[in-house]
Amino acid sequence: MNTEEWDWETSEKCVAFKDWHQQFEWVEEPYVSPDGEIIAAIVNVGEGEFSICANGNIQESSFEKIWRLRFTPDGRLTALASDAGEWTVTVDGAAWENRFSYVWNPLFSDDGHSIAVSFQQDGQYGMALNDVPWEQTYMNLTDAFLSADGQHTAASVQMIAAGESEIHKFQAGTISAAVNGKAWDRNFVNVWGKAVSHDGARVAAEVRLTLYDYTIAVNGVPWEKTYSSVWEPVFNPLSGKFIAPVRQDGKWMLVEEGQLLWRKPFHQLWHPQFSPDGKNLAAIVATEFGKWSVAINGQAWNIRIGELITDMVFSPDGRKVAVVVKDNERWGIAVQDSVWKNTFDMVWKPVFSPDNTHIAAKVEKDGKYTIVMDDRIWPHTCDAAWDPVFHPEGELLLFRTIEDGVYRRRVIPIRGIWG
Amino acid sequence: MDNMAAKPDETILDEGIEKGAALLTDERIEKTILRVLNTEGGARIKVYVDTCVHCGLCAEACHYYLSHDNDPRFSPAGKVRQTLGEMIARKGKVDREFMKKAAEIAATQCNLCKRCAMYCPFGIDVAYLMSVVRRITHLLGMTPQYIQATAHSHSVSMNQMWVREDEWPDTLQWQEEEARSEMPKLRIPLEKEGADIMYSVIGPEPKFQAQLLYQAAILMNAAGVNWTMPATPGWDNSDMAMFTGDSELMGRIKRQHFETAARLKVKKIVMGECGHAFRSVYDTGNRWLGWKIPPIPIVHAIEFYYDLIKEGRIKIAQKYAEPVTLHDPCNVVRGGGLHEKARYVIRAICDNLIEMHPNREHNYCCCAGGGVINCGPPYKMARINGNRVKAEQLFAVKARGARTLIAPCHNCHSGLEDINHYYGLEMNVKFIGDILYQVMEKPE
Repeated sequence: MNTEEWDWETSEKCVAFKDWHQQFEWVEEPYVSPDGEIIAAIVNVGEGEFSICANGNIQESSFEKIWRLRFTPDGRLTALASDAGEWTVTVDGAAWENRFSYVWNPLFSDDGHSIAVSFQQDGQYGMALNDVPWEQTYMNLTDAFLSADGQHTAASVQMIAAGESEIHKFQAGTISAAVNGKAWDRNFVNVWGKAVSHDGARVAAEVRLTLYDYTIAVNGVPWEKTYSSVWEPVFNPLSGKFIAPVRQDGKWMLVEEGQLLWRKPFHQLWHPQFSPDGKNLAAIVATEFGKWSVAINGQAWNIRIGELITDMVFSPDGRKVAVVVKDNERWGIAVQDSVWKNTFDMVWKPVFSPDNTHIAAKVEKDGKYTIVMDDRIWPHTCDAAWDPVFHPEGELLLFRTIEDGVYRRRVIPIRGIWG
Repeated sequence: MDNMAAKPDETILDEGIEKGAALLTDERIEKTILRVLNTEGGARIKVYVDTCVHCGLCAEACHYYLSHDNDPRFSPAGKVRQTLGEMIARKGKVDREFMKKAAEIAATQCNLCKRCAMYCPFGIDVAYLMSVVRRITHLLGMTPQYIQATAHSHSVSMNQMWVREDEWPDTLQWQEEEARSEMPKLRIPLEKEGADIMYSVIGPEPKFQAQLLYQAAILMNAAGVNWTMPATPGWDNSDMAMFTGDSELMGRIKRQHFETAARLKVKKIVMGECGHAFRSVYDTGNRWLGWKIPPIPIVHAIEFYYDLIKEGRIKIAQKYAEPVTLHDPCNVVRGGGLHEKARYVIRAICDNLIEMHPNREHNYCCCAGGGVINCGPPYKMARINGNRVKAEQLFAVKARGARTLIAPCHNCHSGLEDINHYYGLEMNVKFIGDILYQVMEKPE
């Protein structure tokens, strides 16, 4: 996302979203482009006929069904659409050439240039990347994956047919991973979450070798050590190896290709994440039953959260971590081992400013939405809001909201927000 | 009756148990038992087993015992004695024939209903002890075939019924289209981030009972609920791994369910009329992962209906006229305390509720729950014979006028259908949602 090229000059742009409701039979929940220039929604234009309205303009093509309307990170408007019993992907109103019996689970690369979907065609399953389906298809497919650079697709695929009651055949291994359409040479009892090395040469996945032996397999070759459970692997950009949380003797620990990475085990440990420079490693952990925290490089924060920690994010310089927390039935934000005083009915993933000094997030309270930044609440209540976006130099914030039926794209100097 | 059904005391040859047992050695059995007793069970097991004074109060609480003419082999204490008690007494030195019988008792002669725990003067939780036996048999690879197959489905598809990833949203879209013939602007909003509620169901609904999804969609739309359903795995709240003793898989399933809700930024998960799934998301599965309480609040359908009716969001056009009785499901009543809310709902939608006895937290189990019905056709008659007392209870309430039997739990529903059919009760077995859909006002 090159946000520098966005319009940061115009202080406010509006679209009369409410008017759409008079124009169409019904209007579904809207989505807004990352740059805030477009608001779009699936609209019903007649019995069994749907289209997409963007900034008040209806797309020319209509379909019997449309769902999963989403903007790619680079601002293209995508949806899954069906006509005459066939499904396809539409991008800015243009349908892919390929048609399928069904498509689902659209995935976008970080830059938005790649779009992948899972498809089913005449009972066979595969993935399609940028309108190019896998040549090889399979009898079933789950856990689809697209690499962050958009170059590689992968999924768990069924290699051997087994009746539901053929439990021992299943336990001998019927599942593998297909990477860019080609299956690994080895089957497993199960294959789940995946990760890819930065050069794209290696794909790792959680696998179950027997009903009891879990490990990570890289390009189909399992680690030597097995565990009573594992969670999904993550690529370590500095070591070039894969890490994963593993469970042993009732505790969770972090290992790198079988070698202990963090000395201290935890009651729970998941969502490990490297900082952008790869130098720091954070994970959501439970230090003991019902007591949640964040561990940085193996050391847990002092705070303990009772209900949930989610949406962990590193600052661009990799020195700070923010998370969404839920405690005593209220949602909030914790940054660097400190919980903000404001609580909400819901909090979305925090966003760091490019200079690492500010943190903002979309929040909900009493059915209305607003933005919180550095634990101070923007004194506007909105009917809808999207994640705030910082200007690359950090002095401006882009707010995307709906107030009184009007979509507003606002550019606000950070210093002016709270007076 | 099913040809595969066995007589009550006939030895049932189950491929899952037999093939698993054939691979066992005495050493593996001993090592596995001691591992579970020493590292997973700990003091709790020892305290329970040492505390039991064999007073027999648990026996009268068990529907298997009552249905088998007070045969002590079917009493809860008797079942512990035949399984875990022996394993402890013999320090794990038991043979494969013993383990085969233990597997059958734990998996198919106890519904983990916890009625006995309520009557035990010491509060000994026999359901927990039977779960320990199931854990041991899981680790020994001798879980009954049908429920093991269901656990395999969970492991691949994250749902109970091998519903494929495309089949799930496709089914919801089909039901949405069907329901639009009744409510033209109805929606089943998929992947609507920030909705108030994520509605989750169990695998059989899209597989065999799509009308329940239809009815739920009508209800949600009529009540103006801001809701969504995930289009990804994580939509199924059920959990047979919890009942096979595969705790690791149970945790994986529950993590996906709760993280799906967290991803969708919903404030609550409302679940359909299922009992075991409630136990899994409200008690067992979440806790295995380290969540003391569900990280996203869980609202069972009974409580959800209660709120909608109490708040006036659903209006009743005309109450259901046929006299009804209510079966209190173990997991949501003994386990969740929803019995009075269920009665509030039923009185709001039905003219005449006739109580069966015993009722509320004292109700007899359906004999299907705890994974027993999921052990499949080989055990069907053992299950039906094991709940003669339920049939007697239902005949008694039928004699007082009840014609419709409400069972707000999927396993109860299926198990009671079998009781109903086999014993010739001729009652109409319904979910609350069936009746609510029938009697509610539906906007055009």
